[in-house]
Amino acid sequence: MNRDLLLRGGRIVDPSQGMDAVGDVLLRDGRVEACGSSIGTPDGADVIDVSGLVVTPGMIDVHIHLREPGREDVETIATGAHSAAAGGFTGVCAMPNTKPVTDNQAVVGFVKRQGEAAGFARVYPYGAISVGQKGETLAEIAEMAGAGAVAFSDDGRPVESAQLMRTALEYARAFNVPIAEHCEDMTLARGGSMNEGIMSAKLGLKGIPPEAEEIYVIRDILLAKRTGGHIHLCHLSTKGSVELVRWGKDRGINVTSEVCSHHISLTEDAVEGYNTNAKMNPPLRTAADVEALQQGLADGTIDLLVTDHAPHHYDEKEREFADAPNGIVGLETALGINCTYLLHRGIMTMSQMVDAMSCKPAKVFHLPGGTLARGSLGDVTVFDPNRIWTVDPKAFKSKGRNTPYGGHQLTGQARLTVVGGRVVYRAD
Amino acid sequence: MAGPLGKDLLGLAPLSADQIRLVLDTAVPFREISERAIKKVPTLRGATIVNLFFEASTRTRISFEFAEKRLSADTVNVASANSSVSKGETLVDTARNLEAMKIDMVVIRHGASGAAQFLAERIESNVINAGDGTNEHPTQGLLDILTLRNHLGDLTGRRICIVGDVLHSRVARSNIWGLTKLGAEVAVCGPRSLLPNAIGEMGVTVFDRIEEAVEWADAFNVLRLQLERMQAGYIPSLREYNRVYGVTRARLEKAPRDILILHPGPMNRGVEIDSDVADGPHSVILDQVTNGVAVRMAVLYLLAGGKPELAEAAKKGVV
Repeated sequence: MNRDLLLRGGRIVDPSQGMDAVGDVLLRDGRVEACGSSIGTPDGADVIDVSGLVVTPGMIDVHIHLREPGREDVETIATGAHSAAAGGFTGVCAMPNTKPVTDNQAVVGFVKRQGEAAGFARVYPYGAISVGQKGETLAEIAEMAGAGAVAFSDDGRPVESAQLMRTALEYARAFNVPIAEHCEDMTLARGGSMNEGIMSAKLGLKGIPPEAEEIYVIRDILLAKRTGGHIHLCHLSTKGSVELVRWGKDRGINVTSEVCSHHISLTEDAVEGYNTNAKMNPPLRTAADVEALQQGLADGTIDLLVTDHAPHHYDEKEREFADAPNGIVGLETALGINCTYLLHRGIMTMSQMVDAMSCKPAKVFHLPGGTLARGSLGDVTVFDPNRIWTVDPKAFKSKGRNTPYGGHQLTGQARLTVVGGRVVYRAD
Repeated sequence: MAGPLGKDLLGLAPLSADQIRLVLDTAVPFREISERAIKKVPTLRGATIVNLFFEASTRTRISFEFAEKRLSADTVNVASANSSVSKGETLVDTARNLEAMKIDMVVIRHGASGAAQFLAERIESNVINAGDGTNEHPTQGLLDILTLRNHLGDLTGRRICIVGDVLHSRVARSNIWGLTKLGAEVAVCGPRSLLPNAIGEMGVTVFDRIEEAVEWADAFNVLRLQLERMQAGYIPSLREYNRVYGVTRARLEKAPRDILILHPGPMNRGVEIDSDVADGPHSVILDQVTNGVAVRMAVLYLLAGGKPELAEAAKKGVV
């Protein structure tokens, strides 16, 4: 039996209870025992002074890539979950584009067990929508959900067949799990390695037009309307996508969406010089897109902030731009980026940011947590929104070093991460 | 040691107008060397240059090799098909191995945009971009500009139209950067499916119809239309391309002034350009080839730390 843990004197921000006040959080037997002002110290409790820091329900990143099984040289479930904890996340949803693909209950169970064995952030597996992510046959969604898959996606590639997507949305309804889409029309995007625009014209790189994403965004919203299924749109990157999601939500369609920290902070200009650490899919877009995405977060059109954490081996990124793989690591920079670009610039309030990183991910993906209400999961994130630090990729807990933020100064950093009442990360 | 162009020649986008003029002015005395009976000067004696060609090339590779040999450099040609690259070696490993053999310069042709810059940032040797993907082909751009200047004089306000597949052309980009820096007006003409979507933001005029370009231009730089573009569905057929965008004598006869004709080669006669135009009185296509050697000699000389004063001296006739 763990000892009680008392987090004393922090600023508790818990949008699920409409709370923003200085107080204490008491954790007992892996759950929240009490949360508020003037909580006494039980005998034998561990006490951590968190005054001056923000205390929130544990943050959850619903879109990350761990490379296990298959590419343990790049990231394991343990190193990825450690990285998550160091970034302030108490839960992560691992995409199924592993080798083998997480498209059956055996692999789902393996991912879950490896996450539990690691003992850092909770690891919630995604299952694939289609067998082998090939876009042909529906995978065994019910069995995977039973084994612990919390959502389904063929992320990394789109579900090209509208009929298959329709079927997935219909079928998944009974199991109350979201279908998450990687929106990309491959006939428009194939061969592209950055945003299509003035920068791609200058650099002589094939571009990916925003419409490649938007065509799938509207297609999937319309399919959700037809089926009543829950479509979750991954890593939106364009102004047009925000407008289309707004259109869908205005009509009461069951659509939710997410945006990556890099898409609200960087533009295609970061690619200049053929920087492979600024190469991801969807690509970095323009300043107008960044502004629209920030606005979409602020007005609730976009529900969640995610990282799309995608570690790659150094050698794979150390090559010609068009041949380098897509993706950047993000778990250990996300909180800093979000504080710097959203909170401190007045785009989102503290409560809105915590909502998009903790309460709403739990709600949208039907996960435990996302609240500090009495009796709920004892997962807590403690961070210092004003701490200024410089990103040093060599210090990452992730095996991945592929970030465009190396050397960037960010304001805001995780200080303490608690999962099930147990400290899994504490900053030096 | 960085000469007046810096360590590398990666493109014309990073160069200033003065640096471009310096290369052009330096090429003038080097062109004269190629016209001598003994076409050799000791300028780069003892220097080792590797011509690293990951893509097939005849004209550019031979032109560089002549330029290097006429400057007395020791040269080695590496073609990817019969090198360790075909065994899966990465670009950076290939480069580091070459450098370990103590070379001075690398001339690189590669299918990926940015490959020359990638190499330049990782090795000490001077790097010359001989064409990287669809990014730049700076020595081609320079020889085009030198040829235009020889025939049109000062390029300020002169109207140059690039005709054809701009989307996939590194030659087009180098021309656009170089010519606009020197004050020329630049236009492009071709099917919209072969122009970058954002071409209008690059400071060039766009003509949808070649008849409009004929009305406007002082010179055409006609790009090669790759057969693969038709196979990839960018245009319906080569036949239709010739009928709509082909540079033909009948079209040029309607021009209000003689239009100088350039083509970076190799030509598809009867597709983007008709033979009577390619071989006609206003064609300077072979002149481009001659200037190519001179421009490359100038680039090699300047990157090796050569004195910019050579250009000045040449103007005064004292070389």
